[in-house]
Amino acid sequence: MSRQPSKKRGGASAKRNGRAAANGAAPDSGQLLRWYRDMLLIRRFEERAGQMYGMGLIGGFCHLYIGQEAVVVGIQACLGERDSVVTGYRDHGHMLAAGMDARGVMAELTGREGGYSRGKGGSMHMFSREKNFFGGHGIVAAQVPIGVGLGFSHRYRGEDGVSVVYFGDGAANQGQVYESLNLAALWELPVLFVIENNKYGMGTAVSRAAAGSGLHARGGGFGIPGRLVDGMDVRAVHAAASEAVAEARSGKPVILEMETYRYRGHSMSDPAKYRTREEVNRMRRDRDPIERLRHVLESEGHAEEDALKAIDAEIREVVADAARFAEESPEPNPSELHTDVLLEA
Amino acid sequence: MPVAVTMPALSPTMTEGTLAKWLVAEGDRVSPGDVIAEIETDKATMEVEAVDEGIVASLAVPEGAEGIEVNATILWLRGEGESADAVTVAEPPPPVVELPPAVVKAPPAAPARPKPEAAKPALEPDYRGETVEMTVREALRDAMAEEMRRDETVFVMGEEVAEYEGAYKVTQGLLAEFGARRVRDTPITEHGFAGLGVGAAFGGLRPVVEFMTFNFAMQAIDQIVNSAAKTLYMSGGQMGCPIVFRGPNGAASRVAAQHSQCYASWYAHVPGMIVVSPFSAADAKGLLKAAIRNPNPVIFLENEILYGQRGEVPSDADYTVPIGRAKVLRPGRDVTIVAFSRMCATALEAADTLAGEGIEAEVIDLRTLRPLDRETVAASIRKTNRIVSVEEGWPVAGIGSEIAAIAMEDAFDWLDAPVARVTGEDVPMPYAANLEALALPDAARIAAAARAVCYA
Repeated sequence: MSRQPSKKRGGASAKRNGRAAANGAAPDSGQLLRWYRDMLLIRRFEERAGQMYGMGLIGGFCHLYIGQEAVVVGIQACLGERDSVVTGYRDHGHMLAAGMDARGVMAELTGREGGYSRGKGGSMHMFSREKNFFGGHGIVAAQVPIGVGLGFSHRYRGEDGVSVVYFGDGAANQGQVYESLNLAALWELPVLFVIENNKYGMGTAVSRAAAGSGLHARGGGFGIPGRLVDGMDVRAVHAAASEAVAEARSGKPVILEMETYRYRGHSMSDPAKYRTREEVNRMRRDRDPIERLRHVLESEGHAEEDALKAIDAEIREVVADAARFAEESPEPNPSELHTDVLLEA
Repeated sequence: MPVAVTMPALSPTMTEGTLAKWLVAEGDRVSPGDVIAEIETDKATMEVEAVDEGIVASLAVPEGAEGIEVNATILWLRGEGESADAVTVAEPPPPVVELPPAVVKAPPAAPARPKPEAAKPALEPDYRGETVEMTVREALRDAMAEEMRRDETVFVMGEEVAEYEGAYKVTQGLLAEFGARRVRDTPITEHGFAGLGVGAAFGGLRPVVEFMTFNFAMQAIDQIVNSAAKTLYMSGGQMGCPIVFRGPNGAASRVAAQHSQCYASWYAHVPGMIVVSPFSAADAKGLLKAAIRNPNPVIFLENEILYGQRGEVPSDADYTVPIGRAKVLRPGRDVTIVAFSRMCATALEAADTLAGEGIEAEVIDLRTLRPLDRETVAASIRKTNRIVSVEEGWPVAGIGSEIAAIAMEDAFDWLDAPVARVTGEDVPMPYAANLEALALPDAARIAAAARAVCYA
């Protein structure tokens, strides 16, 4: 029985070019192509997940990341192997961008033995110690103090790792976020808070849920600087994150508010009555992060069309392979029901 | 008329103190607000201020006197022109004071330093090493200190744990030895620091998170249950969470409903969690050390009233008490009484009463509430054929409900009487002293329940 997903296949190519970028250098063609590939992997993976959900292969809640790919790809590109990452329940993109294997993620979605949590976690609960990916948390904003704790553990051990905490505009109103901001600032912890503002907390527009002058300003009372970033532009994300990660690494927590957009519903069972079809279409047409980068790659001469087509084909194969694996992987053995409740002392 | 100045109660559970230092002498004139003495309790040294105006006629207790009960006269004040002699001759009778239940339940004819009965059977049977007498409070502190010396990843965090040395002085001396990196004062932000602790545990550290009391942990219960207890399972075994949440649990004394609740059954309900609640000083140390070394999240329920109780404690730094094993505090053949934490003392008191009536009760300290030691409970029922469960907590879905289920599932054929439960009353804890006493189990109720199952 294979307990670990295969390591080679399908993970993001995020080679983590933090150093160059942190020095302020413009991303080179190789980086841009990797980002294109990583964003496309997330897009195609999520499209396939949506399709498999419709076929009944994936159950429960399934929150797709389509539209928001530039955020996680731009930020993860600034991180190194010593850094840790934690996020909420819209987490498939984060796992792929952290370098986790597409097969293992998809097989977890289908609730199979080959999944990262061996089928016991599902869409919202996946982890990889190897990739320093600490979940995957299903309770809105619970990951925020956890991420601060990861930053604490880096600092406690005298390592220079950064903890990146992703959360949404909805989570940004939770009380524990402010307890966390206070602790991170008070104890000078290496934490980067990334607010993925995709405009809606489930069906509630940000303007109906959040008072004040913008989520990025929410750390002001704690002395935590916040910046508003175009989360649909991977280069802008990467530039902002390069700077913010370096600050956080030095013990100065930072907030980056990413203006982004999810094309799909909150989860798979979203009637989408809270926004118009036209609004979604406009975002897809005018702001799509992948089309935008593709245009940059072509117009600035970073890649020939053939190279992009080759990437498209590779990603299609990776996702098809992951889907095949996720369908073929057996369900967990019934004996798994009672394992992993406690560790042996 | 001379005025008596009495030993003040400086905390809800203080019953006695030491007059560490007099700051006035006979003949001194004092005004309200003047500091007249320093009083030392087992938690802290505090200054006592004069409330009345007058001239110190006499000091009723010498400097350094220990074990002075709350409300005992410590000093006489006379008015201007009153004779100092009149004071010593005309000593009024001691004031009648309604003692809080904690005091009422102290062992009878308590000496200055009452020893709980559990001090005697406190050690694991196989321990042959040195022991030293200390309080539960000191035993807990030593457990943390020893584990912090042994393992660099262990750190302590919570409200007032460092510079204040613990709201109940359990972390006394830790900051001095280990420094601010490993002994962290937090803001009053239970949800936040509990979550931070969980993250630190995921990140490879071993946090000991103190809640000032477990009542406040309700602010953090999502992080405790959803993040700490469930993540190992949800990660398919990858993401252990070695963390200890500790602090006083249950009723203290006269602090009313929001500060007097037993959380034993709340946490014992949750798979992925270990729940420990020691009684003796030796178990407090041995179980806390085991909890810190355990790779799983542990809820460690202490009791404020037990903090000052003394007992013999192994001094071997490798001494631990296994989690998941109950202990027979007193063997008996007629009826089993199971209890945990402070209720063990009450159960032992009831057993004494019953022994005088010819009923030999077997008293079991559960010690760990999850995983509960079913075998020890069932084995005792097979011997006595009767069982009484005792807890401070509420009856509905309580630990006693679980004991009743175990009796049915594992020892049904041996039961000669229905299981009896003695629990806290099914009401929020009242403030009034008499009502509070009525709301908590006492030895008389336990003895009555034991007689009932013995049909005596």
